[in-house]
Amino acid sequence: MKLDGKVALVTGGARGIGKAIAQSLHASGAKVALWGRNVEALQSFARELDPSGATAKGYAVDVGDSERVEAAVEEVVKDFGQLDVLVNNAGITEDGLLIRMKDEQWRKVLDTNLTGAFFLLRAAGKRMLKARAGSIINISSVVGLVGNPGQANYCAAKAGLLGLTKSAAKEFGSRGVRVNAVAPGLIETDMTAKLTEEQKQALVGGLPLGRIGRPEDVAGAVCFLAGDESAYVTGQVLSVDGGMTM
Amino acid sequence: MASEEIQKKVCDIVCKQLEVDAAKVSLETKFAEDLGADSLDQAELVMEIEDEFDINIAEDAEGKIKTVGDLVTYIDAQLKSK
Repeated sequence: MKLDGKVALVTGGARGIGKAIAQSLHASGAKVALWGRNVEALQSFARELDPSGATAKGYAVDVGDSERVEAAVEEVVKDFGQLDVLVNNAGITEDGLLIRMKDEQWRKVLDTNLTGAFFLLRAAGKRMLKARAGSIINISSVVGLVGNPGQANYCAAKAGLLGLTKSAAKEFGSRGVRVNAVAPGLIETDMTAKLTEEQKQALVGGLPLGRIGRPEDVAGAVCFLAGDESAYVTGQVLSVDGGMTM
Repeated sequence: MASEEIQKKVCDIVCKQLEVDAAKVSLETKFAEDLGADSLDQAELVMEIEDEFDINIAEDAEGKIKTVGDLVTYIDAQLKSK
């Protein structure tokens, strides 16, 4: 399989898009370290992937906690011997109109969605630079490209991820470490379940592919960027959005 | 740790990190000019040295360390003040 022998770390790996990504990476032969805050969900998913625990393990980590991130990266390397693929997927929403948005809503979303990714890039990046190999995939969002009313914090964080992706790609490139972003459009997950049917229809109606996306659609793009098939691709944003943005 | 031992360890790390021959490295060797180390090379070197000697290289000191000798002197001082 194309990711045989690789070790992949997926943040926000117990639910939604992260879960589908972890599933695909694992099915492609990678060992997966699942990060998240819900330990029970992580452990039960890890067992589902591999009852022996040899190729999938859950780690309780809040990505906004820089010390914990550093320590947990060490744990992953200790458990699996190396780290080849990092998927920065952990993300939350705290929606509200900008003029009504609380400081706390802004900070919480930026801390998890953007600063958390930075902590991971720094901790995992060091190892990958040393190893002279690695692939990092940041899960941004189509709204980071086009904006969305009611999600100023989320969109700012997701747009920030794109700048982070490109800067890291430039810094790490000479060491054989690639950094790319995936920008999912409307995907059927718990996060988008909060949208009303009317909102969803309005979004799907104008799509060239005419349907809402599945987490597996995003996972396919991530697997491509994780493996050697994309060896000459770095600093890119791959939209997986049914044609919403062109 | 004796100065000679620090020097030997530093030379080993420099040779490995910058992929240069030991014959090219002396105390007078400049990282940037003589060994072609760019900023990322230097950052990686700093991290390796910090791990090896269990010290912290202050950011304002980094700019002043130009040669292998500067680095050895700095590490020596750090270890003595521990």
